[in-house]
Amino acid sequence: MSPLREITWDDLDALALGTGVLGTGGGGDAYMALLNCRKLHRQGHRFHLIDPADLGDDDMVAEIGFMGAPLVVKERLPDPAHCARPVRAMERYMGGRFKAVMSAEIGGENGMLPLVVAAVLGLPVVDADPRGRAFPEMQMSGFPIQGLPLYPVTLSDVRANDVIVTRSASPGWTERMLRRVCTEMGSMAALCRPPRSGKEIKEKAILGTVGQAIRIGEAILGARARHVDPVRAVIERAGGAELFRGKVVDVARRATEGFLRGTVDIDGHDGDGGRCYRIDFQNEYIIAWRDGEVVVTVPDLICVLDAVSGAAIGTEEIRYGQRVAILSLPADEILTSERGLAVVGPRAFGYDRDFVSLHERTRS
Amino acid sequence: MTADEVESLAIGAGVLGTGGGTHPYVELLNLRKLYRQGKPARLIDPAALADDATVAVVGFMGAPLVTKERLTDPAHALRPVTMMADHTGRPFDAVMTIEIGGENSLLPLMVGALMGIPVVDADTMGRAFPEAQMSSFAIRGLPLAPFAMADIRDNRLIIDRAASQLWTERIGRGVCTEMGSIVATCSAPRTGREVRENALLGSIGKAIHLGQAVRDARQRHESPIRAVLAAERGLHLFTGKVADVARRTTQGFVRGVAIIDGFDEHAGSRFSADFQNEFTIGWIDGDLAVMVPDLICVLDAVSGEAIGTETIRYGQRVAVVSLPADPLLTSDEGLAIVGPKAFGYDLDYVSPHPGSS
Amino acid sequence: MKRIGIDVGGTNTDAVLVEDDAIAGAIKTPTTADVTAGIAAALKGILDATGADPASVDAVMIGTTHFTNAVAQRKGLTRVAAVRICLPASASLEPFIDWPADLRDEVNGAIHMLEGGHEVDGRPIVPFDEDGMRRAARDIRARGIASVGITSVFSPLTAEFEERAGDILREECPDVAVTLSHALGRIGLLERENATLLNVCLHDLARTTIDAFTRAIADSGLDAQLYITQNDGTVMLAEVAAAYPVFSFASGPTNSMRGAAYLSRRSDAIVVDVGGTTTDIGMLRNGFPREANNVVEIGGVRTLFRMPDLMSLALGGGTLVGREPVTIGPESTGYELMTRGLVFGGDALTCTDLAVARGLIDLGDGDAVGDLAPALLDAAFAHIHATIAAAIDHMKTEAGEITVIAVGGGAFLVPPAMDGVAEVIRVPHGAVANAVGAAIAQVSGEVDRIFQDLSRDDAIDEARRIAEQRAIDAGAEGASLELVEVEDLPLAYLPGNSLRVRVRVVGDIA
Repeated sequence: MSPLREITWDDLDALALGTGVLGTGGGGDAYMALLNCRKLHRQGHRFHLIDPADLGDDDMVAEIGFMGAPLVVKERLPDPAHCARPVRAMERYMGGRFKAVMSAEIGGENGMLPLVVAAVLGLPVVDADPRGRAFPEMQMSGFPIQGLPLYPVTLSDVRANDVIVTRSASPGWTERMLRRVCTEMGSMAALCRPPRSGKEIKEKAILGTVGQAIRIGEAILGARARHVDPVRAVIERAGGAELFRGKVVDVARRATEGFLRGTVDIDGHDGDGGRCYRIDFQNEYIIAWRDGEVVVTVPDLICVLDAVSGAAIGTEEIRYGQRVAILSLPADEILTSERGLAVVGPRAFGYDRDFVSLHERTRS
Repeated sequence: MTADEVESLAIGAGVLGTGGGTHPYVELLNLRKLYRQGKPARLIDPAALADDATVAVVGFMGAPLVTKERLTDPAHALRPVTMMADHTGRPFDAVMTIEIGGENSLLPLMVGALMGIPVVDADTMGRAFPEAQMSSFAIRGLPLAPFAMADIRDNRLIIDRAASQLWTERIGRGVCTEMGSIVATCSAPRTGREVRENALLGSIGKAIHLGQAVRDARQRHESPIRAVLAAERGLHLFTGKVADVARRTTQGFVRGVAIIDGFDEHAGSRFSADFQNEFTIGWIDGDLAVMVPDLICVLDAVSGEAIGTETIRYGQRVAVVSLPADPLLTSDEGLAIVGPKAFGYDLDYVSPHPGSS
Repeated sequence: MKRIGIDVGGTNTDAVLVEDDAIAGAIKTPTTADVTAGIAAALKGILDATGADPASVDAVMIGTTHFTNAVAQRKGLTRVAAVRICLPASASLEPFIDWPADLRDEVNGAIHMLEGGHEVDGRPIVPFDEDGMRRAARDIRARGIASVGITSVFSPLTAEFEERAGDILREECPDVAVTLSHALGRIGLLERENATLLNVCLHDLARTTIDAFTRAIADSGLDAQLYITQNDGTVMLAEVAAAYPVFSFASGPTNSMRGAAYLSRRSDAIVVDVGGTTTDIGMLRNGFPREANNVVEIGGVRTLFRMPDLMSLALGGGTLVGREPVTIGPESTGYELMTRGLVFGGDALTCTDLAVARGLIDLGDGDAVGDLAPALLDAAFAHIHATIAAAIDHMKTEAGEITVIAVGGGAFLVPPAMDGVAEVIRVPHGAVANAVGAAIAQVSGEVDRIFQDLSRDDAIDEARRIAEQRAIDAGAEGASLELVEVEDLPLAYLPGNSLRVRVRVVGDIA
C-alpha cells in the first residue's frame, strides 16, 4: 500500500480553487471550508489522501454532504464538529466504523468539507467522488446511477438533533424528506450518505478527482505567479477545451422550487469578437449556445472562470461586466452512459435534445 | 377484548378526545375487519408486565381531516414498530398508545392484533393533546427519541437523537406534513417498569367503561350526558346552542373560539370555549370556568356524541362537561408542559373539580 | 309564469298550480305504484281543479322519494363497479365495507383499487396507474357492468385523476354510466364513495323515472320544462338531475319548509310539519331550511349529504293514544288511519280522533268520539303541546320569541300559542306545503372545496364563480343569481394557506 499523501497547506489553496472550477457554477463557496481547514491545520491536524486502490474491499467509507440555504450558510458558519455528527450517527446505525471519508461531490464547498470531517475524525480522505463535478439533485450522482441505494442517510444539526432516513420510496422522496428536516433545523444541516464499501468505490466512483482538483488549482496559482493566462494553464494541466472569452452583458435569475435558475449572456471579445454566448443554469451551468447553436450540454462540465484570475465564477455571483472565459471539461463515462444520461442528460433538466459530446473520449 | 368492548372503547375515546379528532369510525371499521378475520386484540394490565418487558409506544401523527380521506391502514401502523424493533435490536412484548383521546385509542389494538402482542391498559395523556411532548413520559423526563416515522409509501425516518422533546415534535411535525400530514409513529420503547411508574394506568378500561355507559343510556333512552358524568366523576358545566364559531389556522393548529348560548337552566348565560385543536379554556359569562389540563368535552346534547373543534358549528345543541385531569398532569411538572401557560395563556391553573387545584 | 309543483309522497301525491305569485289550485291524490300513471293523474287533477290550459304551463317541478325508497327497499338498483384511486393508501377498508350485507350483495359488481390519489397539499400520493385503469375498464366491460363509480383520494381538492380515469373508462366501455366522486363534494372518502356508488346504482332507475315523468307530462298535453327538486329545496333541470339522483333524496321535508315560507311570507321561522306518523320540525333561515352537518344514513349506508336539520317526533294524525295512563305514541296507524281511526269506523284512538272530539277539525263521523272524557282530552293535548313546545325550544338558536308556521295534514295538533313563540301561523294550502315548495323552487349551484395559496377573498370569489356556473348548468337564469351562503374554514396542520370554502348561489329558473 502506498503511503498516504498529505494534503499540505499549499494544497489547501489549490484545492479550494480547483473545486471551484469543477463546481461548474454551483457547489457552494469553498471559502468557509478553506478557513476551517486552515484553522485545523494550525491546531495541528493534518489531512491525508488515500488512493482508492489502497482501500480494502470491505472498508466502509463515509460519503459526506452538506445541505442548506446559501444565505443561511453565510450567517451560520459551518462548524467542524457539526459536520462530523452525521458520520457518528451513521456508525451507530450501521454498527461499524468508517475507515475513510469521501465527498458527495468534488464541486465547490462540498469538495473541501470532507477534509474538515476527516481531520475531526482522524480519517483519510479518499481520492475520488461520485460526480466529478457538482449537480443540483440528490439522485444526480454516479452511485445511484449505477444502482446503489440512496438510503440510509443521516442528517444532523448544531443542536445535536440526529435524523436517519432508513428507507425512501424514491430519490425524489429522499430529497424531500431531507430538505424538510433541514428546513426545520434552520436550513442548515450536515449529512452522511449511505456508507460505500472500498469495492464499490473502486468499481463505481470517479477516481482521482481530489488530485485533479488540486492540479487545476496549482495550474491557476502557478499561472498567477508567472503572470500568464491561468485559463490556458488549466487546459494544459487538466485537458478540456476553451470555448469562449468575453464580457457578461446580461444575467436573468429566478429562484424556483429551491433552485436558482437563469440565463447568462456574454459578448465575445478578441478572437470571439462579434459572437455571443448564452448559458442556462440550474444551480450549475447546464447548456451553452454560441450564436444560437448548442455547443455543449450537461453532463459535460461548463466552467466559467474569471479571465484574469482564473477563479471560478458561480451562478450566484456572476454579473454584468465581468470578464470571463468559458471552458469545458469532459464528464466521466459513468455520467455519459445511457443510464447516466437518463439522470443527468439534457432531458433530465428539461431540454428536449440528446447529449452530444464536445470531447473525444477514451474508453477503457 | 371482545368486539363489543371495542365499540365501547371507540365511543369513550371520542369523549376523551376533548374536541381534537372525532369518533374513530374508520379505525373502528378496521378493527371490526380484523376481528372478523379472527385477529382480536388482547388487553394486559400494566401490573402484569415484567419489569424489563419492552413496550412499543404508538400513535398516528397528522391532521384528523386527512384520516377521513386516507383511511388508516393497520399495516401502515405496524411499520414504525418494526423499524423500532430493528433499530434497537429488541423485539416488543406489548404495545400501548400515547393518547387515549380520539383515533389513537384504537391504534394499539390494530398493532397488537397484527403482531400478536397484548395492548397495555394505559396511555400517556388521559385525553388528547395537540403536541407530542405533551405526554406523561415527557413530563417525567423520559426522552421521546428515538422516534420512528413511516408513511404509506414506506418512506422511513428515525429521529435518532433529539436536542429536546420539543425538537422531536418539531422535526417530526415537519416531516409529517411533507409526507401528506399522516404518518404512523413509534416513540422510544419503554420498559414495563417505566410504564408502571410513568404512564397513566387503566386508560383503556376507563374509556370502555365510559363508552359502555353512553351506549347503555342511549338504549334505555336516558341521558347519555348524565351517564358520562356518573362514569367519570365529571361536572356538567353548560348546555346550550352553538351561536358562533370563529376559527383560524396558525402555526399548523386550528385555533378559535366557540360561543354557546344557554338554554334550560342556563338560559340567558353564555359559554365561551377557546380551542387549539382541543378545547382549552372555558368561560361562563366572562368568568373562568375550566382550563387545561382538565378535560373539556363538548357533546351532542341528545346523543352524547363527542363534537370536534373542526366540526362544531352554529346551531348545534350541545352539553359542555368537564372531566378531571390525571394528577400527574396537574402537578407542577405537568402544568409546565400541559397547563394553561404551555398553551400561551397567562393564567394559573384552577380547577372546578374538587381536589384538583 | 305558470308552474305546477308535484310532491310524490309515500301515501299521497300533492299537486299545486302557482301562477305569478299566487296559488291557483291544489289537490291531493293517492300515490300509485305506477309512477307515470300517478303523475298523469296528479296533472289531470290539478288542471281540472284550476281549469288551466295545459299548454300554458311553463314548468313542472317534481319532488319524489322514489330514489330513497329504491335504496331502502333494495329495488330497481343496478350492479355497479367501484373504482378507487388510492394505493398505496386507503387499502385496508375496501369499497362497500360498511354497507348492509343485502344491499352490498345487490349492488357490488366489481371492485378495482388503483395507484394514485392526492395528498392534502394537492400533490399526488404516487403517479396515477393509467395502465391499471385500462385493465380495470376491460374487466368491467367483460363482466357486463355498465355503471361505474370512481373515487380518488382528496378529489374535492383536485379532480385530475378522476377525470382521467373517466376518460379511459369511456374509451374502453362506450355506453358506460359514470359518476365521479368529486361532483358529490365533501372530504370524507368512505362517505363520498358511498354517495357515489349509491348515485350510480340509481342511474338506470333515474333515467327511466325521469323519462316516465317526461312522458306523463307530454301525454297530459303540457309543453313544460321538467325540474326535479333537490335536498336543499332548489330544483335542477331533469336532464341534470337524472345524472345525480342522490341529490333528490331528502327533498320532501325541504319542500314542506320552503312551501311554508312561501305561503306565510316569512323567511325566518320554525316550521312544524305534522304528518300522519311523524312531525318534522325545522328552522327556516333566509327562506331556506337550516342544514345539518351530520352523517346521514341512506338505506343503512353512511353518507355526508347536507340535509335539512330536522327534529322528528313520533307524533302525527295517526298516532295512537293510550288511555290509562294517557300516552301519545310512538306507534301510529300510518296510512291505515282512514280505516282504523275511530272517526272512520275503526277501533283505534288516534290523535285525529282527539282533534275531532275537541272540534279542531271536521273529519269522519264526529259521533264516534262524542264520549271521550274531557279529562282525557285535556291530558292528551297537554302532553302533545308540551312535546311540540319543547322541541321548538330546542330548535331555536337564540333567546326571544320566534314565529312558528304549522303545516301538514295534522297541523291541527299544534297549539295556537306557546311560551317563547310570538305567533303560530297556519296558512291556506298548508296541507300541500310540500307541493308548493316544489312549485316555487329556484335553481342552485354549490361548491365545497379546498383552495390553496389564495387569499380568503380570492378563494371565495373563485368558489362563487364555480357555483354560479353550476347553477347555470342546472338551469338557472344567470342574471338572477344571488349568494345565499358562504362559509370558510381554515384547515388544521395543512401547509400553505388552505381554506375550505362552501358557497351556494340561488337563482330563478331560466
